[in-house]
Formats: sequence, structure tokens, C-alpha cells
Amino acid sequence: MRDTKGFKIYRAVVLVVLGLFVLVPLYVMVTSSMKPLSDVQGAFTWWPSNLTLDPFVDMWRTVPLARYFVNSTIVSVAATVFSVMIAILAAFAVSRFRFRGRTVFSTTVLSTQMFPGVLFLLPLFLIFVNINNSTGLQLVGTRLGLIITYLTFSLPFSIWMLAGYFDSIPRELDEAALVDGCGPMGALWRVVLPAARPGVIAVAIYSFMTAWGEVLFASVMTTEANRTLSVGLRQYSTQTNVYWNQIMAAALVVSIPVVIGFLLAQRHFVAGVTAGAVK
Amino acid sequence: MSVATPEAPVSAGATPRAQKKRGPDRRPGLSRKLPYLLLAPAILLELLIHIIPMLVGIWMSFVKLTKFFIANWSAAPWAGLGNYQVAVDFDNAVGEGLLKSFGVTIAFSVITLALSWALGMAAAVALQPAFKGRSIVRTLFLVPYALPAYAGILTWNFMLQRDTGAVNHVLVDNLGLTSDRPFWLIGGNALISLITVAVWKLWTFAFLTLMAGLQSIPNDVYEAASVDGAGLVRQWRHITLPSLRPVNLVLVLVLFLWTFSDFNTPYVLFGTGQPPAGDLITFHIYNASFLTWNFGSGAAMSVLLLIFLMIVTGAYLIVTGRRSRRA
Repeated sequence: MRDTKGFKIYRAVVLVVLGLFVLVPLYVMVTSSMKPLSDVQGAFTWWPSNLTLDPFVDMWRTVPLARYFVNSTIVSVAATVFSVMIAILAAFAVSRFRFRGRTVFSTTVLSTQMFPGVLFLLPLFLIFVNINNSTGLQLVGTRLGLIITYLTFSLPFSIWMLAGYFDSIPRELDEAALVDGCGPMGALWRVVLPAARPGVIAVAIYSFMTAWGEVLFASVMTTEANRTLSVGLRQYSTQTNVYWNQIMAAALVVSIPVVIGFLLAQRHFVAGVTAGAVK
Repeated sequence: MSVATPEAPVSAGATPRAQKKRGPDRRPGLSRKLPYLLLAPAILLELLIHIIPMLVGIWMSFVKLTKFFIANWSAAPWAGLGNYQVAVDFDNAVGEGLLKSFGVTIAFSVITLALSWALGMAAAVALQPAFKGRSIVRTLFLVPYALPAYAGILTWNFMLQRDTGAVNHVLVDNLGLTSDRPFWLIGGNALISLITVAVWKLWTFAFLTLMAGLQSIPNDVYEAASVDGAGLVRQWRHITLPSLRPVNLVLVLVLFLWTFSDFNTPYVLFGTGQPPAGDLITFHIYNASFLTWNFGSGAAMSVLLLIFLMIVTGAYLIVTGRRSRRA
């Protein structure tokens, strides 16, 4: 069916147009990262006249990129690990227990996800300042503050998605584990979690991507010492020069970990992200 | 025997119930507390990051919270509805700016949503029947979504530079459409640039979601339709679109909420010197708060934005809910 000539033409047009739309910026990113500075400061060319890998070397010196890389990695990995652990516990409770306040919890968690981050930014900033004043615990301008902030960004989505995954696992499985002498936590650990592994992977990727790409809170809550990549990359623009070739090289390098992770696990991810929308 | 018989169903019914109780409810004290223990970390964090800040934000919108009170903000003087009056006084510079930004945001949001949906739909339909290389194309289409937002937006920023960018190179040098090189990041074209970049990043999500929705439509429905002589357009109109209705309802709302609260695109694309034509509302609130350090005013704008989003979401859910029940 649908292998008519008309459909094939339509498909070819869509693939070419959208393929170009997607690919051209990626092509510009990759090729510009291999041009000398004089080339990216002059008229644009599709093909680099002097192919060079210098931007990939120079970018580490122009800006303390390595430090930003370390900061982003620590913050994103920590936020991902905590977010996934907390989401697993909460999703298990929502999926397997009937308790007072269950609906209130689910609704509240879901609705916080729809509000823009700028709404929480100012109050959170002040709360962090206050915590610092009263307890001496520094949250503004530290990695800890960012980790706490980021792990809640992905939390609502993770809880929602994992609860859906857990629901799809037959209850008879963990009831059998309970009969065999496992406690509820044993049933979660030995039966439910292994069966929900794709969901856990998807949630982990989502959390990592969210933290790695976050801009708003990173721009307000960081200082030079704990700056992450999303803000640090701006520093290639100085008063006198914009190092476009190094910006493109850095953008390429910081994208590689997430893109590879995403593409490796895209099957789980796509299934997970769309499950909620489709159901 | 005759006495025991009527009792038999009762005890038979009681036995499995008692057995079930031996599961999670064997230790009733722990079992009743357990869900709350499991939820405790999530509740604590939600309180700290979302719920309490929201309440503090509402309180902030009622006080004169200027830079003099940042360090000791609980001492800020009460402003009543003052911050709100300033925000909605459209003859005043602050109110006028907010109103303009709101208009820009509506335009940005609606156009970006429509284009992302249309491109996502076009691609999902094109990729619905299996063909050689389909998974490669699908993976390729996913790359803009996987890329960190700022990496993609920085690339677009480079492409939209007036003298050295790829966009003007194509328009002016390759195609010769205009002789003078237009500005894309300042002036009136800024909104076009914003929409292009946002669509580049977002249409993939629409594509993903719609494609998942299309997988659930059985092939023989289309076969039956083409036997009956329905063309591709009619098949799309009468099979694809109605089947995707539940997906579309969620997708449109999510895309609207995302585009309306987009911060990354204007912030990375324009830096802090945003052109009025690309002054999206979240960015406007950010600037109003952090450039002038007038947090009370920024908070009042945030609460207005929140109320607007809640009204739109509520109205949308009521309207679509009612319609799908009728259908």
C-alpha cells in the first residue's frame, strides 16, 4: 500500500528539505571548527580553505574549558544519580501502594513541571541566600546548589515516567517475590527494577541531558569557580574578538557525550518520552 | 455437614484475603508508613525547589524588594498591589514593556508551535511506511533534540551573523535575493530568527511523538481505504488525523507551554542586549529582575505569567476534554 508514486515523491521532498534543515547547522558547526580564525572572521565559505585542527587545541587555553567540563560533569552526574534514585522510590510508592495523598502528590509533582523555571529562579535565589545567612551553608555559587536545583528539574518527569513503567509490570511478579520472603524493598530491587530497566535508562538520560544543557540557573547560580559549560562557552566572545572557530569546536566537543548517549539508548528514550503522550 | 455448607463460601473467600495480607500488609505499621518513607526525599526536594519558592514568589510580588533588601529580604516593606499596578499600567514604561513582550511571546509561541507540529507531522507521515534507511533518517532527525540547547543555538548565532554568517551568504551571495545584507539578530528580523531556531530544536519532539502515535494505527485500515479509492490526502484527513487526536491534544499543550516559557533560545541567541522584536516574556522577566534588581516587580510579572498559563491550560483541558467526550 502507500507505495504510490505520489507518496514516494512526497517522501523524497520531505526527506531532502528537513534533512537540509537539520544537517546544515551541524555541517556549519563541524566545518567552522576546523577553520583558522581569519576564515571565520571573513566571508562565509562552505568548504574550509585551510583545514586545521588548531581550534580544538586552542579552545582549552582561551577559556578554562577543562574546568567547566569538570564542573558540568560533576553536577550532571550527581544530579542524575540522585534524581534517578529518588524517582525510583517515589514511583514505586505511587505505582504499588494506595495511600492517602497519592493523587495530591502526583498532581502537584506533574503540575510543577509545567511552570517556567524563571518563576522559581528569583525566590530560590533568595532562599539560598537566606540558608547561607542562617546556617552558613553556601548554595549560590557552589556545585551543591546547582545539583539540588537540577535534580528536581528532572524529578517530576522521572517519577511520572517510571510510575508508568512500573504499572506495566504485572503485580503478580512482585507479589510472588513477597510470598518467597522478600520485603517490599527486596521486591523492588530484585523484580520490579530489572524489569523496568529501559525506563530507568531513559530517565537517567533525560536527567543528564537536562542538567548538561541547562542555561538559566547556571547563569545566575554560578561564579567563575563552579561555572558550567552552558555559561562558560560565552566567554569565547571577548571585547576584541569572537573566536567562532573555537566556539564551534567547543560546542561540538560538549555535545558529543550527550549525543552518543542519546543515540545509543534512543530506542528506550523514545519509547519512554512518548509513552505518556500517547497513552 | 448441612451446617458447614453455607459457611464454606465465607471461609473460602476469607482465606485468599488473609493470604494476600501476608504480603505487603504483614507488618501493618511499617506498611502504612512505607509509601510515605519512599516519597519523603521527593517531597522534601519538591518543597525546597518548587513549592516553597512558589509561595515565596507570591509573597515577593507584594513587597518592595529592591537591591537594598536583597541581603535581608524578609525586612522588605509591604507594597500591597503596587507591583501589580505598575506591571499592568500600560501607559507606564514598565507596563508597556510587559505588554509588548507578551504580544511578542504569543506570536512566537503560536507560530513556533504551528511550524513544529506541521514539520513533525510531515516527517512522521513520510516515515510511517517502512523503507530502507528509515532508522538512519530517524536517528538523524533526532540529533538537534539530543544536542545541548546552547550548542545548537550558538551555531545558529554564528550562521545568522550579518557579515560572516552562512544565512546571508546563501541569501545574498548564492541566491542574490537582496543586495544589502539584512541583520538577523537585531531589529525586526529578530523574531524570525528566534522562531527558526526554536523550530529547528522543537519539531523533532513533535516528530517523535507523532511517529509513536502513528505506529498504533494498523496498516490494514489504510489498505481498506485505498481499496475504497481514498487518496493519500483523504487517508490522512480521515484516518491519520482522527487517530492521532489524543496524541495531538497532549502535544499541542506541551509545545505551547514549552515555547511560551522558552528562555534558552533568546538568552543564548541574543545575549543580554535583546532586540525588542525578540523580547520573550521569560527573558523580559529575567532582565526586569536581574538588570534593575527590582525583584518585587519581577515576581509580580512572574505571578501574572503563572496565572495566564494556568488559565490557558485549564481552558484547554476543559474544551478538549468536553469535545473528546462528545466524539
